[in-house]
Order: sequence, then C-alpha cells, then structure tokens
Amino acid sequence: MRIQISSRTLQSDFVKKVTEISGQDLLACNQCGKCSAGCPMCFAMDLLPNQIIRLAQLGLEEDIAASKTVWLCASCLTCTVRCPRGVDLGRVMEAIRLITLRKNIDYVGAAKIPKDTISELPQIALVSSFRKHTA
Amino acid sequence: MDLSYYPGCTLKTAAKGLEDSAIASMNALGIRLVEIERWNCCGTVYSLAEDDLAHHLAPVRNLIRVKEQGSDRVVTLCSFCYHTLKRANLLVRNDGEKRKTLNDFMEEEVDYNGEVEVLHLLEVLRDEVGWEAITEKVKVPLQGLKVAPYYGCTLLRPQDVAIDEVERPTILHQMMKSLGAEAVDFPYATECCGSFQIVGNPDFINQRAWEILSSAIRCGAEAIVLTCPLCHFNLSQRQPELVKRYSDFQGMPVFYFTQLLAIALGIDPEVCHFELSYGDPFSLLKSRKVVS
Repeated sequence: MRIQISSRTLQSDFVKKVTEISGQDLLACNQCGKCSAGCPMCFAMDLLPNQIIRLAQLGLEEDIAASKTVWLCASCLTCTVRCPRGVDLGRVMEAIRLITLRKNIDYVGAAKIPKDTISELPQIALVSSFRKHTA
Repeated sequence: MDLSYYPGCTLKTAAKGLEDSAIASMNALGIRLVEIERWNCCGTVYSLAEDDLAHHLAPVRNLIRVKEQGSDRVVTLCSFCYHTLKRANLLVRNDGEKRKTLNDFMEEEVDYNGEVEVLHLLEVLRDEVGWEAITEKVKVPLQGLKVAPYYGCTLLRPQDVAIDEVERPTILHQMMKSLGAEAVDFPYATECCGSFQIVGNPDFINQRAWEILSSAIRCGAEAIVLTCPLCHFNLSQRQPELVKRYSDFQGMPVFYFTQLLAIALGIDPEVCHFELSYGDPFSLLKSRKVVS
C-alpha cells in the first residue's frame, strides 16, 4: 500500500481524538497483522484492520473515511483478545466510527430499511445496529 | 432455590423458545428463575468509547433493580444481555471516577457499587447444578444426536467476561454430553456470525452463515446448538435465503441450548416454540425418537 504523508496529516487532531475516545496507544501496534488474520469480516473489507491502525497512526483520516472497513467491524473482539501488544482494536474501530457519527452522519438509515425487513428483524439486531451505525 | 433473572427484549418475542424452555428446565432442576421487576433494555452492545458514559446507564439501572429487590445475583439467558450487564458491572467495580459520575447522574436511584454478580445460565448449569446431576435427571437421553456447539462472541470475549476458555471453550460440549448427545467439533465454533451487520450488510452475513453451517455439516453435525438470539436469527431464520442462494445447502436445524435441555428432561416440547425456528428441528428430534 502506497501512502502519502504530509505535515498537514501528521499534525491533524485525528490521532489525538482517536486516542482519547478509544483510550488506546496507537503507537503500541507494530503491524504484526494478527488482527487481520483472525478477522471474520475481513473478506468484505477494502482495507484490513492492521492497515486501519497504521493509517490512524499516521493521521490519514481521509483514507480511513474513504474505506468501509470500520463499518463492517462487528465488534466481535477477536482482534482485541489476540493482539500481542495489548491494543484493543475494537475500541479503535469504535472511536473512528464515533468521529463520523458525532457529525450526525448515519451509516444505516432507519427510514431506508423496508418495512417488511424491519418486522422480520428481532429487537437485538435492530437496537445493536442502530447503536453502532447511527448518531 | 430462587434466582433473579433478567430476560431482555428478544426473549419476549423471537427468542420465546429460549426463555420458556429455560424456565421449565430450571424448574425441573430445582431452580426457580424469578424475573426482576421494572427491567429495561440493556442497550444490547457495550459502549467501547472512553467518553461515553450515557450508554452504561441502561445496564446499570437493571443491576440496581436486582439490588433493590434484595438479590446479589442475576442470571441472563441472552448472550448479549450477559455481556452488556457483566461489562457495565465490571466498569462500576473497577473505575471509581466513572462509578461516581454514573451514581451522581442517577440521583433518583440508590447508589450502585457493583454488589450484584452477573451470571449466564450456562455457568449456573456447570457450577451449581453440575453435569452429573443433570445427567441423573435426564429422562430422554439425546442418543445419537450429532450436534455442533456454536459459541459466538459475547460469552467469550473479552477475556474478563469469558465464561470459559476464550479460544477453546468446552462448556456447551460438556452440556451436550451430559444430555447424551454427541458434541461435534468444527472450526467456526467461536467465529463471529457477523452479528448486527445483518441490518446494514445482509449479503455479507448470508455468506458468513453459509460458511459456518456448511462447515458444521462437513464435520458430521446434523444440528447446531447455540445460546445467542442474534446468532439464532442469522443462522436459523435466515436459512430460506441461504437455500435460495447456495445450491449445495439444504438447511440445518439450529437449537438453543435450553431447548435440548428441556427435551432431554422430558418436558413438553411446546415450551421450545420450535415454530419460531427454521430447518424443522422438531422432525430431527422425532427421527431420533426423543419426542413423539
């Protein structure tokens, strides 16, 4: 993956925000790739979980925002329990989602879900989806 | 013995078979599950943000209800409810500053300091009833039933809420053996089904469900046993879509652990609400002559 780093990205407050919301030390990650190896949703992701954390270290907010990866994370926490460096990647993913959601931008639009689908889905699916994917 | 019980929302609708079979089975084992009063939705997912305390209020309020009713333990059946209540409880116990903020915010409630113990029913079966005692009470052994335990995520991860070994759990295996069934190992037993992504990304979840179910079939299982109402929805209720989409897939019965417990204890299968499951679990049991 080729990435362009400039003084603008390195000085962005994105790294600070992700660190604050997640409570995680992004620089503890040494890119071993174990998170991506075990991720059950990585078959659908355009960037792998370890690539997300690398981009976050570098403050490349726009590259992360252009990717669907954080929205495909199901918070199964497989990466969290396996990380040899103690980084809770589940929390990093949540922090990155929240930076978007807190701008009042939803990933799932409740109004766009067909009525039949809504009536089929159990509460546990709807409530958790809205909790993770709406502002 | 009475045990305070927190049901959660889905157990009153789509997962009625989980609730009714659990209550009836526990009665037969000498434990009365007493539903707590004035409970509210736990929020389903535990907030993973350091600065988001608001979403911990719902689970903590439920724990306050348990405390108010004079109980120091609460048992859950739903894996998501277990996870959310257990983690919120640990937060209150371990983080004094957040505990104070939460208690100050809920000024109308009694102060809560993590006094309640949160349990999942599987822990009660293993640690308080015991597998041998269960085997003694079995009236209809599930002889010849090859069932693959599927654990999902929220009973095992993260480590501090895990009810068993994180990477190699056996608690459902042991339970199946205590009922006379054969527990079939398969490589997806602890892999996530995709969870709530069924709402925003259903195509990906169809693929996950197909991979999980086909793997269990390849390993020789004729049914899946699980604990979580969301895993049940993704792996059972969504099967009509999988049958249409994948020509090699013809459906597979999916049971809640408490449904198989009730059947083995000789309880009327009506408590299992098999009408809410796809894949005709009842016919499989009939073919094994464990129900008539």
